[in-house]
Amino acid sequence: MDLVPALARWVHFLAGVMWIGLLYYFNFVQVPALKAATADNTAAGITKHVAPRALLYFRWSAVVTWLAGATLLGANFVNAFTLRPGWVGIGIGAWLGTIMIFNVWAIIWPNQQKILGMKPASDEEKAKARRTAFLTSRMNTALSIPMLFFMAGGLTHRAAFGL
Amino acid sequence: MKNPLDSLWGTIITGLVLTVILVLAAKSLMG
Repeated sequence: MDLVPALARWVHFLAGVMWIGLLYYFNFVQVPALKAATADNTAAGITKHVAPRALLYFRWSAVVTWLAGATLLGANFVNAFTLRPGWVGIGIGAWLGTIMIFNVWAIIWPNQQKILGMKPASDEEKAKARRTAFLTSRMNTALSIPMLFFMAGGLTHRAAFGL
Repeated sequence: MKNPLDSLWGTIITGLVLTVILVLAAKSLMG
């Protein structure tokens, strides 16, 4: 049925904008803002009220994005992930997106729970968690650049890059 | 050596370099 991939594409874009938008918010806005807020003792407003909400939408929009993307690939899911001819471009994009969602759920979220006090952690563990979550979030920001390049591929990419 | 991911510009340049590498890899994969 044509309706399913059409709706999946729409949802993939909607959730993807939220996911990557929040990723960019964390990296371009919240991290520098927290640095400044810590200096004048106002960081609690961000860590208590903003960060948990942003993280909630961040991690679940990642799930919706991935599931909608998988639905959109449909019967070509394996072709994409095994980089079969004709599926190399979107396949690389799909792999990058999958690495990114793994980073969100397996590394960023567990470490953020320690940082925000949702899980017990010593000061030393929190400092380590902060560094790990920061670098993984930055890695995802870097990965989003080729991921969006390959995901957004179409006739223009075919003409310019042969992909 | 400083980690490029510590700065926003380093992160963006890392992403752009990775894009070029992956485009070349994809093209060689396609023959």
